[in-house]
Amino acid sequence: MNYSGVPRWVYGLAAMGGLFVLLPLAAMVAKVDWSRFIPLVASESSLTALGLSLRTSAASTALCVLFGIPLALVLARRPFRGQRLLRAFVLLPLVLPPVVGGIALLYTFGRQGLLGKNLELVGIQIAFSTTAVVLAQTFVALPFLVVSLEGALRTAGNRYEAVAATLGARPATILRRVTVPMVLPGLASGAVLSFARSLGEFGATLTFAGSLQGVTRTLPLEIYLQRETDADAAVALSLVLVAVAVIVVGLSYRRPHRADIPAEAAA
Amino acid sequence: MSFHIDATVRARNVDISLSVGPAETVAILGPNGAGKSTLLSVAAGLLRPDAGSARLGERVLFNLDGGSRVWTPPHLRGTALLAQEPLLFPHLSVLENVAFGPRSAGASRAQSRETARHWLAEVDVAQLAERKPGELSGGQAQRVAVARALAASPELLLLDEPMSALDIHAAPHLRRLLKRVLSGRRAVIITHDVLDALILADRVIVMEKGRIVEEGPTREVFRRPRSQFAAGLAGVNLLAGTVTEDGLRTSAAAGGASLHVAGHLDDEAEPGQPGVAAFPPSAVSVFLDAAHGSPRNSFPVAITDLEPHGDHIRVRAGDLAADITPAASAELGLEPGSRVYFVVKATAVQVYAA
Repeated sequence: MNYSGVPRWVYGLAAMGGLFVLLPLAAMVAKVDWSRFIPLVASESSLTALGLSLRTSAASTALCVLFGIPLALVLARRPFRGQRLLRAFVLLPLVLPPVVGGIALLYTFGRQGLLGKNLELVGIQIAFSTTAVVLAQTFVALPFLVVSLEGALRTAGNRYEAVAATLGARPATILRRVTVPMVLPGLASGAVLSFARSLGEFGATLTFAGSLQGVTRTLPLEIYLQRETDADAAVALSLVLVAVAVIVVGLSYRRPHRADIPAEAAA
Repeated sequence: MSFHIDATVRARNVDISLSVGPAETVAILGPNGAGKSTLLSVAAGLLRPDAGSARLGERVLFNLDGGSRVWTPPHLRGTALLAQEPLLFPHLSVLENVAFGPRSAGASRAQSRETARHWLAEVDVAQLAERKPGELSGGQAQRVAVARALAASPELLLLDEPMSALDIHAAPHLRRLLKRVLSGRRAVIITHDVLDALILADRVIVMEKGRIVEEGPTREVFRRPRSQFAAGLAGVNLLAGTVTEDGLRTSAAAGGASLHVAGHLDDEAEPGQPGVAAFPPSAVSVFLDAAHGSPRNSFPVAITDLEPHGDHIRVRAGDLAADITPAASAELGLEPGSRVYFVVKATAVQVYAA
């Protein structure tokens, strides 16, 4: 079967779409001052920002996995009243401007916020701390994990779980030994997307966490700051961010390992 | 130590009551949509009925009738379910699949693997232990699924058409295996195949429209079917009605008019009782005109279908069938829609109480 059934003009438009993404990246690469690349990227403030970005993104991804698996399970398994509403709210950060998310978080965890007031009493301050960075990134990245995992769970169905239960496995055992391993590819790609989204978060972080070097100034914030004073440094750092993103996404999209799912699941 | 279930599932119009002895295998037969799989799901705890109760030995599986509602979750029931598809966990090796039950029951890794090896050997696939399910044929996978179910040492094994997804070469193999492992074990098996029921089951239950319509020892049910479904499986013609002195009067619903069928009365059949008249298609001859003279029955029918049946032609007319030679069929010029007479000698008709 070599016949694709795709009209030729589709390839033309697809090529234009691809160029639209590639061209700006190429333009940026062309602008890089390679002779100063290493010192620009390896400056103390840049390395600090990169380190902070990687650490906070890893923490955000962990939180996304922790809360995203239960959310996806609740959304994918048994229908209940208000399920559509819950899904809509969970996915809201996908379409919300991040700066709005930052403001919302500020009014929740800030000093005068809904929870922040009480946390303040026990001596916990979240706003404008590294914790705030992690929360801001989790807020925007969580939907990526939930969407990706919910799809995987729906595709897998729950027949394997039913069999596992009749074999004597408790629900917790089923989750650990059947459900999660079976949707692992979906979970992995969801986690990678969450990580990538966390890495690139700017608006919510700036609003809710500010831009304190070493504490809340992640790589995107550093890039924005550098752009005002040293455009070359900004471009060089942008390239680093692109490289990290490409590596992360590339790793997860090597090949969807569907081959493990036997024919009986597809039949 | 018996299994008893009583369940009503209103959404699927299922209302049944069933008991299974400690070492008994019961086959459930019935047309699609009769509620057979629903019954198994309820027994396994995967579907909650609207009302009813079930016990397995000392254990209450559920009791939704009394004031205190009891619901035992599936993993505490001791009822392993084997479905049409093997549903082996794709990410685990064959050995780990079979070890899943014992491991879930709290056995150590080494112990559960030993149990798994034992059951894999028992179903003759010990050499596949290290494979992944994706590398097995359909027949192999279903054997592994049998081993996995048995390794969980269930007190009740539920089998939902375990042979139906297999090709014609793998099915007999699995049937022999099931015959071996089901003997001395409590099991309920749903099947569409007379052979499965005859070989595997001690007792047969026929379900139609969510109700049990017939029940009895396997051989007895096929020898003297009382439901249209069982008669179809057993390959005999069946007419239901009221027993008379010398045969049976059919209920008016059959073909509009009430027919009198002359036949041989069973010892226990008393005139006036509800009963059935059964006769094999091979005893039926086909004529274009009514054949008179007793002791014969002559039923006017319209042919619905003609199909090959061994080296004969099976002539179907509604629920009735006749087997005639191709030569006879050609000579009579039979085709669907033809109006003919099915003629059967009274001595070939068995009449018994239903």
